[in-house]
Amino acid sequence: MYKNFFRYLISAIFLLGFSVNSNADFKVGFVYVGPTGDHGWTFQHHEGRNAVEAAGIKTTFVESVPEGADAERVIRQLAQSGHDLIFTTSFGYMDPTNKVAKDFPNVKFEHATGYKREHSNVSTYSARFYEGRTLLGHIAGKMTKTNTIGYIASFPIPEVIRGINAMTLAAQKVNPNIKTKIVWVFTWYDPGKEAEAAQALIDQGADVIMQHTDSTAPVQTAEKAGVWSFGQASDMQRFAPKSILTSIIDDWAPYYVERAIAARDGTWNQQDTWHGLKEGMVAMGPYNSAMGADLVKEVEQLQKDLASGKVHSFTGPIYDQKGNILVAEGKVADDGMLAGMSVYVKGVEGDIPK
Amino acid sequence: MIKIEKRNDVPMTLYFFTPFIAIILTILGGGIIFYILGFNPIEALKFYFITPISNLYGLSELLLKATPLCLIAIGLSFCFKSNNWNIGAEGQLTFGAIVGGGVALLFYNQEGFYILPLVILAGAIGGMIFALIPAILKTYFNTNEILVSLMLVYVSKLLLDYLVVGPWSNPEGFNFPETRQFSNSSRMPLLFEGLRIHAGIFLALAAVMLSWFILYKTYLGFQIKVSGLSLKTAKYAGFKGKTMILVVFMISGACAGLAGVGEITGPIGQLHRMISPDYGFTAIIVAFLGRLNPFGIIFASLVVALTYLGAETAQIFLQIPKYTGQVFQGMILFFLLASDYLLFFKVKILNLKKNELRH
Repeated sequence: MYKNFFRYLISAIFLLGFSVNSNADFKVGFVYVGPTGDHGWTFQHHEGRNAVEAAGIKTTFVESVPEGADAERVIRQLAQSGHDLIFTTSFGYMDPTNKVAKDFPNVKFEHATGYKREHSNVSTYSARFYEGRTLLGHIAGKMTKTNTIGYIASFPIPEVIRGINAMTLAAQKVNPNIKTKIVWVFTWYDPGKEAEAAQALIDQGADVIMQHTDSTAPVQTAEKAGVWSFGQASDMQRFAPKSILTSIIDDWAPYYVERAIAARDGTWNQQDTWHGLKEGMVAMGPYNSAMGADLVKEVEQLQKDLASGKVHSFTGPIYDQKGNILVAEGKVADDGMLAGMSVYVKGVEGDIPK
Repeated sequence: MIKIEKRNDVPMTLYFFTPFIAIILTILGGGIIFYILGFNPIEALKFYFITPISNLYGLSELLLKATPLCLIAIGLSFCFKSNNWNIGAEGQLTFGAIVGGGVALLFYNQEGFYILPLVILAGAIGGMIFALIPAILKTYFNTNEILVSLMLVYVSKLLLDYLVVGPWSNPEGFNFPETRQFSNSSRMPLLFEGLRIHAGIFLALAAVMLSWFILYKTYLGFQIKVSGLSLKTAKYAGFKGKTMILVVFMISGACAGLAGVGEITGPIGQLHRMISPDYGFTAIIVAFLGRLNPFGIIFASLVVALTYLGAETAQIFLQIPKYTGQVFQGMILFFLLASDYLLFFKVKILNLKKNELRH
């Protein structure tokens, strides 16, 4: 990540030399759902913003904007106060973003993780986090002694189910006896609940914990209990140095810099972006040496193969819990199927809450 | 030696004047905080208190924000005036929104003039029922209403979570924790094209007028005030304490329920997990800042609403952390309580002679 940061810093200095005052008033606004210090989701978007700033573009952010009635006002105020491009970085901003976009056709909007692009000035973007989950699954399958993987899940939306499935499939590949136990916490950020969920999973025999929530509580609980864990959204290694095997890192910086420059130079157009390991939007934290050199090598190779497209996270045959075929042998799931994923694959325990 | 004495004859004009002192002290305190944080205090305060309402849209947003605060605080004033400490308005708001939203969802694919009144009524009844729980437990089982009403906030929020994730979630919404959008007939009519201020403000104004009438012109209002001043007197006068407790809680709950329904049928348009940024708790500050007086509450709700908007503007223009909004709300309450204390009590510093100290 730091490597990237310096890359952008250097290109920023380079750019500055050529384009001083070319578009001095150009401003980018960011709307965050959490505090910039959450060490997870919002923290990473804020890192992305820093990269845009380092590229010589003025930015503004508003943090902890509730996803209710306030979001529309904040987005509108950013649009009104001369921001030319606005990133709204949480699913709950979907409708407000589209509503404000209608009234400000000259302002560009980028909404993270949503699917509505009702006006030509709204783009959406998200990351193929599931590719990271495939790597976690591979590691977890190799590292577990109890053959039980504990998974703390937020909401039963396709993105979360995709992560559970990708992880389970990869773990099964290296360890056919694997079971995935899931606790739904119905929150994105609640350290107390997340810690309780982690403890419950550990008590049920899970010796590898992972989570699709934002706080550092699960990795800290795992560290205390002496089981393995993974960081989520940002590199959480320093919160559980012994326990964390690696982290899935959301690296929004390249995308934010690219889109901000495009908007400034007038080459921005509407798109639906879904980037992964290949483009660097999903990155991995350092691998724990406790994994052993062989496993690290294996995982690094798998990471390369996922990035190059040689390996796909959802390669058939894939069966659902009842044994019905979802993806035929030799085929891979298409993006449409991934985007709407709403059933567990075989090997996941329990039912999706309805 | 410091000695604290009760003052006699506190003039009532001063009593209504202290909120202004509290606000001025808050602004001064805020200026000092901005200065310490390294901002130009005058500029920061300008972005905080003037920029947000310097155009029509801003004024509309101020009223939009003040509407639920005013409604809830009006309801709370009935409880607080009669010594009933309803801390759970947030829960009553949520439950009102659940019931009202449930009715709106029943009509999600229908239009008709009768739908909105039904939704509003359902919301008020929902809030009322939820407020009756601590009231009944207090009157018949002697429980502490502070605790019960507060704990019920979490019950209602978890119920809302359950509903929007499970049975009420939008069937076409990919399992995201939200319901369908309400039909247009379930939405509060907008007052002006392009602004978000909606007809809910009339509910708040009606509540203000009605509460003034009840509190100052009816026997019930008299009972409430006497019970607030002295429970023993109220008993001696033969007031039916239990009925009154139930009634004030019902009024309070209905107002909070209306506020909840106003939010979901106004700016939000569906049920999801974030229908209120803790309006129910902030309204407690509003009620006290407004001196539990209906017209004072209008003023107080505008001031507190402005601290929300100001925090956003200050972050957009000066990158001052948004949490200063909460700091401002805290300071207002602190200075208000402090000036009240100094109003009703004298602090005397006594000079003691040396030989007295030896004893």
